[in-house]
Amino acid sequence: MSKVLVIAEHDGTTLNGSTARAVSCAKELGLDAIDIAVLASDGCSVSEQAAAISGVNTVILVENPANEHAVSALLAPQIEALSDGYSHLLAPSTTFGKDLLPRIAAHLGAPQISDIMRVESARVFDRPVYAGNAIITVEAPEGIVIGTVRTASYPVAENGGSATIEKRELSVELPSHTQFVELSSGGGEGRPDLQAAATVVSGGRGVGSEENFSVIYGLADKIGAAVGASRAAVDAGFIPNDHQVGQTGKIIAPDLYMAFGISGAIQHLAGIKDAGTIVAVNKDADAPIFEVADFGLVGDLFQVIEELEAALG
Amino acid sequence: MKILVGVKRVVDYNVRIQVKPDGSGIATNGVKMSMNPFDEIAIEEALRIKEAGHAAEVIAVTMGPKVAQEQLRTALAMGADRAIHVETDDDIQPLTAARIFKALCDKESPKIVLLGKQAIDDDNSQTAQMLAAISHWPQATFASSITLDGDKATVIREVDAGLETLSVDLPAIISADLRLNEPRYVKLPDIMKAKRKTIDTFTLDELAVEPAPAIKILKTSPPAKRQAGIKVESVDELVAALKEKGLVK
Repeated sequence: MSKVLVIAEHDGTTLNGSTARAVSCAKELGLDAIDIAVLASDGCSVSEQAAAISGVNTVILVENPANEHAVSALLAPQIEALSDGYSHLLAPSTTFGKDLLPRIAAHLGAPQISDIMRVESARVFDRPVYAGNAIITVEAPEGIVIGTVRTASYPVAENGGSATIEKRELSVELPSHTQFVELSSGGGEGRPDLQAAATVVSGGRGVGSEENFSVIYGLADKIGAAVGASRAAVDAGFIPNDHQVGQTGKIIAPDLYMAFGISGAIQHLAGIKDAGTIVAVNKDADAPIFEVADFGLVGDLFQVIEELEAALG
Repeated sequence: MKILVGVKRVVDYNVRIQVKPDGSGIATNGVKMSMNPFDEIAIEEALRIKEAGHAAEVIAVTMGPKVAQEQLRTALAMGADRAIHVETDDDIQPLTAARIFKALCDKESPKIVLLGKQAIDDDNSQTAQMLAAISHWPQATFASSITLDGDKATVIREVDAGLETLSVDLPAIISADLRLNEPRYVKLPDIMKAKRKTIDTFTLDELAVEPAPAIKILKTSPPAKRQAGIKVESVDELVAALKEKGLVK
């Protein structure tokens, strides 16, 4: 029997949407069972959410005070202990999965396939390289298949499942060399999550300053959008890092992406390729962002936003 | 204390890469090659740690064909003290790279290994984590700040939810994110000086490294292209188009 274990990403109370996207990928493997591993300090709520995802057979819940924060050095040995008997191990390709999964793969002596964007068979996958400017089709060698799932390539698997929740005690020694200190969030409170939002309003260097970013937030709030940014805007200190979209930031796939004052470096475009519709507003008619935009408007972004707010009023 | 830094030769980040028509890979003939930008940040950070008096020696490491020594020379010109070239013509995947770094850690006993968080060619983002795993050392990936205090490092990490702070015991593996620092420019006299610095060369056999099971690349294809869009002349036209698609109310 071949089965896949999907590692759940969560914040202690809520299951991250990236997990249900990874389940969508897992379904395409065509295996006998899909299980989800929830490692938490108190995981009742998260494991119930995981059990509700359709197509999931078993949710394995490991509760340990050490799992209060997702520290890879502590999670990895526990997942390794759970991985016995699985043919596949998947995690979302978020900073959580990217940090954790290679640590597990290396211990198991298996290579990892990063950013799976298409499943051809249970061992053959497509993944992007060179910031998405080339796609490679790869085959995993014999043994357990380990991969992170490019979340922008998969929809959130629907709810309606009723998986069994199985509590598991593990006798694994956990290292003491890594201590979680704190997590400070960039202040997107109350706004939709960048990686899950249907609409994203994004600003670049052209926005000009941290103060000016208030117009980006203003438009986003008006239309219920999440706020994104280019690397240039984050580097310039206009907006915190967790808003960065691109090759090294977040890869997103909203229905509508609106880019204001973003020139469109290939590294940024790598993060928005899967957006349904891209709107670009830029002073520079030759900005590369216009090459990928469905609707481009050459003009002053502040004036355009003012007019947009009036028109959408 | 020693710091070991990984340096990878990659297609320069400004190059628009072309997929070969036969699907066998990307065209690299005559294409500009550079040090992976994240590795440049890693070297810079190691040098700053040394300049602050926390480290005695910065050792740059690369693995690949002979020509990869160009990138080691760049690292030496930036200020690395010496370099190690693990010479191989094979495609080195992350788990094998991690095994090579492990063999070098056994030889050099560094307190910190600094690697780029990902290479901009394969975009894998695995080697640092894999090295940490097989060394049983802590890992602090995607670092945007490193503060050393005795036998510990406090690292601020760029994560999806914001900034996470970890405290790790040394020795540790740290991977560099974009905002860790801005690498220095190399001056001509430094390039001349770098020519006199030592590069030691090893083979995988000499390091007794067994290559890990490898992922096989079956083919390389260009990505699906987005359909070219249109330019609209006014906000009214834009709003009308978005309303027609049902994207705004």
